[in-house]
Amino acid sequence: MPLLSKEEAQTLLKKVLSYSKADECIIGLSGEEGGNIRTALNQVSTAGDIGTLSLSVSSTYGKKTGTASINEFDDASLEKVVRRSEELAQLAPENSEHMPPLGPQTFAESITYNDKTAAITPEQRADMMAKSLEVTKAANLVAAGYLENGTDFNAVMNSKGLFAYNKATNVTFTVTTRNEAGTGSGYAARGFTDVSKLDTYGATKIAAQKASASVGAKAIEPGKYTVILEPTAAVYMLENMFRFDARSAEEGRSYLSKKGGGTRLGEKLMDDKVTIYSDPFNADLPASTWSREGLPHEKTYWIQNGVVKNLDYDRYWAQKKGVKPVPGPSNIIMEGGTASLEDMIKSTERGILVSRLWYIRMVDPQVLALTGLTRDGTFYIENGKIKFPIKNMRFNESPVIMLNNVETLGKPERAISVESYRGYMIPPMKIRDFTFTSLSDAV
Amino acid sequence: MKRRNFIYLTGVGAGAMMLPNLPSFGTPIDPAEALKQVDTRIKKELADAALNTAKSKGASYADVRIGRYLNQAVITRERRVLNVGNSESYGVGVRVLVNGCWGFAATNDVTKDGMAKVANRAVAVAKANARISTKPVELAPQQGYGEVSWKTPIEKNAFEVPIKEKVDLLLACNGAALTGGATFVNSSILAINEQKYFASTDGSYIDQDIHRLYPNFTVTKTDPATNSFESRAALSVPCGMGYEYLTPSESEKVHGIVTRYKQRYDMLEDIKNATKNTTEKITAKSVEPGKYDLVLDPSHLWLTIHESVAHPTELDRVLGYEANYAGTSFLTLDKLHSGNFHFGSKNMNVVADKLQAGSLGAVGYDDEGVKCGQWDLVKDGVLVNFQAIRDQAHILGLDHSQGCCYAQTWSDVQFQRMPNVSLQPGKTPLSVDEMIKGVEKGIYIVGNGSFSIDQQRYNFQFGGQLFYEIKNGKIIGMLNDVAYQATNQEFWNSLVAVCDKRDYRLGGAFNDGKGQPSQSNAVSHGSATSRFNGVNVINTKRRIG
Repeated sequence: MPLLSKEEAQTLLKKVLSYSKADECIIGLSGEEGGNIRTALNQVSTAGDIGTLSLSVSSTYGKKTGTASINEFDDASLEKVVRRSEELAQLAPENSEHMPPLGPQTFAESITYNDKTAAITPEQRADMMAKSLEVTKAANLVAAGYLENGTDFNAVMNSKGLFAYNKATNVTFTVTTRNEAGTGSGYAARGFTDVSKLDTYGATKIAAQKASASVGAKAIEPGKYTVILEPTAAVYMLENMFRFDARSAEEGRSYLSKKGGGTRLGEKLMDDKVTIYSDPFNADLPASTWSREGLPHEKTYWIQNGVVKNLDYDRYWAQKKGVKPVPGPSNIIMEGGTASLEDMIKSTERGILVSRLWYIRMVDPQVLALTGLTRDGTFYIENGKIKFPIKNMRFNESPVIMLNNVETLGKPERAISVESYRGYMIPPMKIRDFTFTSLSDAV
Repeated sequence: MKRRNFIYLTGVGAGAMMLPNLPSFGTPIDPAEALKQVDTRIKKELADAALNTAKSKGASYADVRIGRYLNQAVITRERRVLNVGNSESYGVGVRVLVNGCWGFAATNDVTKDGMAKVANRAVAVAKANARISTKPVELAPQQGYGEVSWKTPIEKNAFEVPIKEKVDLLLACNGAALTGGATFVNSSILAINEQKYFASTDGSYIDQDIHRLYPNFTVTKTDPATNSFESRAALSVPCGMGYEYLTPSESEKVHGIVTRYKQRYDMLEDIKNATKNTTEKITAKSVEPGKYDLVLDPSHLWLTIHESVAHPTELDRVLGYEANYAGTSFLTLDKLHSGNFHFGSKNMNVVADKLQAGSLGAVGYDDEGVKCGQWDLVKDGVLVNFQAIRDQAHILGLDHSQGCCYAQTWSDVQFQRMPNVSLQPGKTPLSVDEMIKGVEKGIYIVGNGSFSIDQQRYNFQFGGQLFYEIKNGKIIGMLNDVAYQATNQEFWNSLVAVCDKRDYRLGGAFNDGKGQPSQSNAVSHGSATSRFNGVNVINTKRRIG
């Protein structure tokens, strides 16, 4: 039941729409089926197998709208949720920013679904995790890991004839390896649409190497350093910056606001080497081909050679400003260079290799000033070589300032944010003058 | 807070993600329907169907949680209602122990047939995992309570209050902010009702009706000339209460340089003050970095307690279960067993309490059928206990669980989550004014701001909402760009004074994230205003080109 085909979703949505008496009606339907397995202390701790299906109905009379959702699908429940949204709408005040629903649109078929990933069983999850545990047990390390797979679909239909459907698969694996004394730690994170690309053994090997190499970390003085951020570290930092909302910029409450009013659209805000775009047809990071407003997602440059190329405009704000609506990013791909991580280390006189960042929070939204710490493998580089592991440090830095200080970029790879679990294509990057403010004894 | 859980809990769940943010108002769900619970006789029959299936398939233990979750979010911006999100989620999660290994499955097909299927799936998951596990789960014994119930002691169900009343309040607040000079204002009321039915092979059938409420706002003032903006959020407390929390009462106000609130909240008054505060913040002096004595209001200190005391005393973190996601702890079993690990100064007394009235974490029974209670975590500065669930109790040498198991919905597996964890007030009479009078060079911090702590909970950095400079025993003005950094033990050992119980108040987290898949938990933390000497304060101001 949780996963409906395009035809099944369309049939169900038509039935729900047939109950509608409102001027306008928008119905969203989504389902997910998947499972997970979690380990700690080299054992399975918890595991689950979950399926959910949910429906939302939004009814409008004039400019008055009400929304309700439900996850029961008998005919009485379906009619009930429609009536509930209509009751809400009848009582609602007019919304001056109401936009009528879009009519029929044409959306390209996405490439977000993979049969093999959709067919993953609890036994396969256990087997993939067993391969990871082989590595840590053999190396006398202690693993805490997590593997999650899911197939989901989203569909929307409205009373003006719009229908959109998308089905996607994902599998994510993360593992933290620590030595028994708790003096060394390593981490690896992988995420794919196609499970056949996932090598839990290989990923755990890398995490294990980091754990062993990070034992005996020395303290160095906080301050400004050249850092080499592996993609797992860089993505968590940059994720806080991937908001290109025109309205907040024009309202003066965004890092994209301009002094004296307006936005920084067209201005050079970062280093020439920085180009960030979204593209639903990126083979390594495919995304849905339609937005929540029912607009097609197209390849869109947000930052090109350091210049702000586009801001996203929802339909209301676009109309108000007399511009074309631009849906927000469907995914994020940052272009890179050709340098390998080894090349970056070789070219560094004094610097720090950062494997992972942790607990990043906003300190000042005006400049996107963030704080957080390094974790799971932080190493001091001198004269082109890793010299020794160092204790973790707290940073206070802005990703915008950071992208002004880019020295070298490597080849982008699919990286998983350690907090949101979203995937991005991000290169490893060498950054000068990255600000560390204190030391941490945490391993 | 984990972002994806925030999305879930604000009522804009997966089903609503494809819909635009549409404004609406009215009765969210027919009050009769919101109040109507599924008949416990039906739930018992369904639960027994799952338990019997699990047992027949080889489970040595099984539990069933049938959950109906009602969420309501009323969200406004300036003079508009942005959204009224009403979500209702009904389903069942079954957990089984087979061959010494856990298995879990969930479904929204709450029928006898669905129960059998989901129990079978849970058993299949457990069997698959048992193949690669070598250490069987040890479960602390738990008596069956038979058919019992518990309800949050509310005076007014928030779901009974017409949406119009909530919208009127929020728009009045926004109007006051705009009239007072705010450039932007957002306000919201979130209400949650968890109707949870738990049954286990131990013989418990527990029916609980849990309510939580969270009013909040953010007032922003921009200054285009300098391209700067400042905000102040509400000093409200998310609480385990009904709508009565939003009935202002003079006796529940704490007057001072800014008014704070106890068990009743005056949202309109607070937003007027917040609007003045944002204007003051724009021109406030940027802090000079250095060592300061900090006077921390409970509206701020709750978050420091949450991050630096409540999380490190979670036994699963101590053992390494959260190493891959939420982090571990600097506290160890050795430190506990030594009996002389000085977490903080003698003024530090911290209690875990699952029953505290008005708190977010108050329940009668946890999500594995354990009756809840309270216990000491830190006594006179010494670490004396952790927080454990049934499969961890033996590690602490306990013959029973401490009742710390929780799952955010029926579709999530239950695991160890923190109870309400609170710093106890000082025993010697001491008011806030008296505390401030004794400070030569200090900062008085009100409200919580940014927060970050390392993965073993040593090194942390906290901001706040309002910062007031104290010189020679007097508040002399407002500061800006303040954050303090410290290491955990050093910070708590610098605790020199705690105001007495007259100043004791709760703060809390509505969406505290942990676990994989990440789940959200609501929990309160109480304290009285406290003084920490010689803490390192940094200036957070940065500029971009």
